[in-house]
Amino acid sequence: MTAVANTDAAGTTVATPQVMHAALDASKLKEKISIKNLEFFYGDHRALKSINLSLYANKTTAFIGPSGCGKSTLLRILNRMYDLYPGQRATGEVSFDGENLLRPGIDINLLRARIGMVFQKPTPFPMSIYENIAFGIRLYERLPKSEIDDRVEHSLRRAALWDEVKDKLNATGLGLSGGQQQRLCIARTVAVKPEVILFDEPCSALDPISTAKIEELIDELKQDYTIVIVTHNMQQAARVSDFTTFMYLGELIEFGPTATVFTTPRDKRTQAYITGRFG
Amino acid sequence: MATTSSFNTALYGRRRVKNIVAKSLAYGATAFGLGWLVLILGVLVYNGIGGLSLDVFTENTPPPGSDGGLLNAIVGSIVMTILAIVIGTPIGILAGTYLAEYGRHSKLAMIVRFINDILLSAPSVVVGLFIYEIVVAPMGHFSGYAGSVALAVIVIPVVVRTTEDMLRLVPDTLREAAASIGLPRSMMIMRVAYRAASAGIVTGILLAVARISGETAPLLFTALNNQFFSLNMNAPMPSLPVVIFQFALSPYEEWQRLAWTGALLITVTVLALSIIARSLTARKS
Amino acid sequence: MTATNVTAGSAGSRAAVLKRFRSSDSTFRLLTLLAALAVLLLLSGTILSLVIGSIPAFRAFGFSFVFTEVWNPVTEQFGALAPVYGTLVTSFIAMIIAVPVGLMIAFFLTELCPKPLRRPIAIAIELLAGIPSIIYGIWGLFVFAPFLQKNIQPFLIDTFDGVPGLQTLFAGPPYGIGILTAGFILAIMVLPFITAISRDVFDAVPPVLKEATYGLGCTTWEVFKFVVLPFTRVGVIGGVMLGLGRALGETMAVTFVIGNAHTVSASILQPGTTISASIANEFTEAVGDLYTSSLIALGLILFFITFCVLAAARYMLLRIQRKAG
Repeated sequence: MTAVANTDAAGTTVATPQVMHAALDASKLKEKISIKNLEFFYGDHRALKSINLSLYANKTTAFIGPSGCGKSTLLRILNRMYDLYPGQRATGEVSFDGENLLRPGIDINLLRARIGMVFQKPTPFPMSIYENIAFGIRLYERLPKSEIDDRVEHSLRRAALWDEVKDKLNATGLGLSGGQQQRLCIARTVAVKPEVILFDEPCSALDPISTAKIEELIDELKQDYTIVIVTHNMQQAARVSDFTTFMYLGELIEFGPTATVFTTPRDKRTQAYITGRFG
Repeated sequence: MATTSSFNTALYGRRRVKNIVAKSLAYGATAFGLGWLVLILGVLVYNGIGGLSLDVFTENTPPPGSDGGLLNAIVGSIVMTILAIVIGTPIGILAGTYLAEYGRHSKLAMIVRFINDILLSAPSVVVGLFIYEIVVAPMGHFSGYAGSVALAVIVIPVVVRTTEDMLRLVPDTLREAAASIGLPRSMMIMRVAYRAASAGIVTGILLAVARISGETAPLLFTALNNQFFSLNMNAPMPSLPVVIFQFALSPYEEWQRLAWTGALLITVTVLALSIIARSLTARKS
Repeated sequence: MTATNVTAGSAGSRAAVLKRFRSSDSTFRLLTLLAALAVLLLLSGTILSLVIGSIPAFRAFGFSFVFTEVWNPVTEQFGALAPVYGTLVTSFIAMIIAVPVGLMIAFFLTELCPKPLRRPIAIAIELLAGIPSIIYGIWGLFVFAPFLQKNIQPFLIDTFDGVPGLQTLFAGPPYGIGILTAGFILAIMVLPFITAISRDVFDAVPPVLKEATYGLGCTTWEVFKFVVLPFTRVGVIGGVMLGLGRALGETMAVTFVIGNAHTVSASILQPGTTISASIANEFTEAVGDLYTSSLIALGLILFFITFCVLAAARYMLLRIQRKAG
């Protein structure tokens, strides 16, 4: 998404609304995930309150807000990651292609294959670079080695990592730099052919150059996947996302096209956060 | 994903089956382990209680074929245990203190720590041989002293480890506070660090006692055995584990019954000591 | 601690106090150093006394002592083969049973067990380690061996009768006691060690790594097999070797049920002996220097084997601790 640079009254660089609006005509967009009346509890503590939200297909939605606002919590509901921890539960409806993924009987492993996640800390598996990616492929498909080789190469290319590792595919993934490891994780997620990719502060542990590379990546991935990204970096949200959700204290304060949220926020709390008055 | 033609449902189904099988095996393994515990303790209690009576604590070990008790064995064990603790604990505490206070980064401390950990798990029968060579052989006879020394050799690594671990838990801020009022190192250790780690050090001693309560092999060729009541440390000394060894392997029913009762007594002691030790450290944390 | 005035006149007494502090400090430090050296002395003393004690045996039989099966106190012919064989085979059987079971229990405790049950079950498994080995011995002799003799061993003998390799492995008659029985009891004794150490290293796997694996849609078992186990490989091996060290040196549990026969049989249902069982059974009745020396030589061999295994185990566990910082 090319942003036309412009400066508003406060001096921050934002994209001009007009160019955006044409692409973001809500009636032409397809809802990939629809969140209705979502509540989330850590034990007795109500961490998310009445969340209503639409995540549109092949678009990038950013969750922003001060720490503790619930943005990561919300993200981790989308692939039922909270299931790993007893005492955490969610109520409400999260429709993914028509099915409520909060339903108890749902096939969670399959869900997680369709909704992938990239974490804040790069997490390569204790295997070779090749195996890191082949492992995921082999979970779901029975392919001859030549095809797996192709898929591995394809995933590494999509993650902009192929040129750097093509000569050392059998080396351990742990030997890569932080930025490379994170791109390896992205390649691994992409290899499994998901429909949605969730990014939980993917660049916060990385240097600016790796960050820029990954932001570029996210921009390209949008063509084939629906992206949701949690970030505490507002400039990153402005650069990378089509839609932005501002959260505060477990509530969804504002949601809309990124340009609108950043230039003409409706809620004064959004305004305060964006201008850096808190958080 | 489910719509792509390459998604292999058979593969996915197999993965789910493997998961269920693995989980069942894990449950089974746990039941297996717990089952043996229940079985062993159950039989022990059943057979041991049958022979439990006041006589066990008032009568000495009987000659084959007649009834009696375990008084001399119990007393012998207690006496040798006390002496072993008296010998082993100071050495253990001092050595542990060296490792924790003076030797944090020295090569010698690293080596001592490594060796100590190996001694912790070394075969106790070898300890018996060692003490036989250096105490029993020169003295010319078996004795309670030799038995106590053998037990002390087992006590030392246990106390060293727990003392070092507990002293390391004492925060450095406490040490710095003591140093800032001019307290010399040794006094700081004795008055401040030991006091702070006292629960842990006592735990270590209790664990050492629990450990040697059941040890038979080191006593077999050091203290030997004595069918009479004896407090003479310079002669063979009876002990509960050795008496159990002798009685259990005999063909006499009365002896076998006493062996089970003795085994029950040892186990109850060991478990009680472990529980006390555990609650001491739990309360501290 | 005596109070010191900060007046000029008492500077002399303050110096005296400080001098006293310094000397008590160095005395104390010396004491702790000596105690630490005592630990080293224990080890070297043990090795030395074993070596000296076994010299007569090695001088008489040479190095072939280790490979000779004969054990005859009357003709004073001694060979370590049967005890060494028994020690290695019983420990091997123990590990084959204890390692998978121990790892699966650790898997259960870290991934499957509901939180409130975790501590009680973990403590219960540790109780197995706390039971003195002589208890295992008499339980084995009076309860387990007869059970095996009546029920399991005839079944094994009949089932494998006719099967080429296994027939010799499980040949009768069913004594109840023997190598398999001893190995099995050793397995129960070693199990809690493997479980405890595995549990500790499994718990140390970063949750993010497990979440990333679940995030790909892996099942609980797959997370364990493909990520947790490889990640904790060194610690698990360290724990296994620690268990092995224990099994090799175990005396009382084995002595009761091994049968004390100085023979090497192909069948694991037959009686045999281990190094520690031989020493425990025969040392006090050993007449003659050569007999005693042979037993001490056995002790030296055992110490050497367990020392190597335990040193390797401790080294591996040290590497883990250092990696964890």
